[in-house]
Amino acid sequence: MELLKTEKLSKVFGGLKAVADFEIYLNQGELVGLIGPNGAGKTTVFNLLTGVYEPSEGVILFEGKNVAGLKPYQVTQRGMARTFQNIRLFSDLSVKDNVKIAYHQHTSYGVASAIFRLPGFYRGEKEFEDKAQELLKIFKLDDKRDEIAKNLPYGEQRRLEIARAMAAQPKLLLLDEPAAGMNPQETHELMEMISWIRKEFNLTILLIEHDMSLVMGVCERIYVLDYGTIIADGAPAEIKANPKVIEAYLGEEVH
Amino acid sequence: MRNILTSKNILITAILLAFFAATQFAISQAILPPFFTLNLMLICIYIILSVSLNLINGFTGQFSIGHAGFMSVGAYFSAIITVKLAPKIAPLIPLADPKPVLLLIGLILGAIIAGLTGFLIGLPTLRLKGDYLAIATLGFGEIVRIVFLNSDYLGRASGLIVPKSASWPWFFFIMVISVIIIKNFVTSTHGRACISIRENEIAAEAMGINTTRYKVMAFSIGALFAGLAGGLYANYMFIIQPMTFGFLKSFDILVMVVLGGMGSITGSIVGAIMMTFISAALADYPQWRLVITAVLLVVMMLFRPQGLLGNKELSLNFLGKKGGRNGAA
Repeated sequence: MELLKTEKLSKVFGGLKAVADFEIYLNQGELVGLIGPNGAGKTTVFNLLTGVYEPSEGVILFEGKNVAGLKPYQVTQRGMARTFQNIRLFSDLSVKDNVKIAYHQHTSYGVASAIFRLPGFYRGEKEFEDKAQELLKIFKLDDKRDEIAKNLPYGEQRRLEIARAMAAQPKLLLLDEPAAGMNPQETHELMEMISWIRKEFNLTILLIEHDMSLVMGVCERIYVLDYGTIIADGAPAEIKANPKVIEAYLGEEVH
Repeated sequence: MRNILTSKNILITAILLAFFAATQFAISQAILPPFFTLNLMLICIYIILSVSLNLINGFTGQFSIGHAGFMSVGAYFSAIITVKLAPKIAPLIPLADPKPVLLLIGLILGAIIAGLTGFLIGLPTLRLKGDYLAIATLGFGEIVRIVFLNSDYLGRASGLIVPKSASWPWFFFIMVISVIIIKNFVTSTHGRACISIRENEIAAEAMGINTTRYKVMAFSIGALFAGLAGGLYANYMFIIQPMTFGFLKSFDILVMVVLGGMGSITGSIVGAIMMTFISAALADYPQWRLVITAVLLVVMMLFRPQGLLGNKELSLNFLGKKGGRNGAA
């Protein structure tokens, strides 16, 4: 079953066509990679999918319903969560609070319960506390739960960002260069973790990555984006051998 | 109920009640000089104002400088009840002394109308960010002032004479209740949603937070309590005039919030107390008040730009871990 499908998705900034006729599909449970050279429009695609930008044209079907034109929080509430290329944590808040905020959309008590401290408040907060604790344990951050997010080492900040996205309880997880700035050891661990949470939560994942070898290792299918259009798609082995991809990454062969 | 009756909350309640009993006794026996009494009342008003402004500026990260505008809405609308409409409403109240009921109605109505004004102003202006929002709220404050200045019904520049009906218990308990309500809001999931907007608006939105809703909510709640403080002010100060609620008043409140620490409720309380004391100490040299406030701010920005308490809270947690988990005060 197709979880996500885009049709003729385009975004124009002034005279620049950042993304043109972008068409992809993701089946339930797939791990798909989106690669491309610098400035190809990968992050723009993410911003279109998650509602940060409104598409100039085209439709985004998520579970068969068009989500193009919805606000980012509405898209997230439908079950699509993301991380950011440049980490965007709530940096002055504790690790635990970062995760709790993402649970907010599934909140179980109202403003009146909060203000008058009705029993619903205590029930709800306990639920938040337990869920956050459980999730942090999965991401091996539970011993740092009270630490301020900005004081975490870089690799753990990346991990916290994924944990926070998971707290939004998504069906589709969009990861924007999750391994950027990580050393090979950290990258390897991260990839193992992504594979694991995918199985554990029955998740569909769309992954942007710069590092070709890394994407080739974990993704089942890969889309290659260059100048805002898809130039190739297929299994990693096919992509590796595709002359168009090699050209986009390394330049044209000199005759 | 076990969650509310922690040893810490009981201790805080005991301290507050003891303080209230002492001050109430001193005021009723006329032991305190009138000037000191006046400043106690002012401290309560400024605590409500600065804590509610902190909800908007410090916690939600929306820079508003029109708080005196909301205060004046509350002041004038409560005065409409306690002065203008009093002859009509009073006979309907089956009590020997209808004044406290009138005051209560006035305060509630003033607060609600200020909150509604905040909602209406917030909807369009909260799309603006940073400086632009500040300018829009500044403009709102001036518009309100000029509307009152030109209203014949409300006495134009000479204002309204309002009989003094609010007394110390009103000030003290309304202040305590306001602070508790705002604190409870801020330390709930709804408060966390507001704080996430301050921390990173794009990420907050991406995590499913309806940022517009929470910005408008924080703004309206802040405006509501500013209106409540305005109502108290009107019913104690004998006279209210449009010029009382000018830009400088908004600025005073902002200084308290910045001085105490953006994002700290106890910080705002400390800021309000400090600034009221400084104003009182300089009562004989009014021309120096603004100079000293400005110098204080400059020194503060140089040595402690995050404010006295930053975004931390003063707490009684050092008295023992018991019960410190739920209340963050």
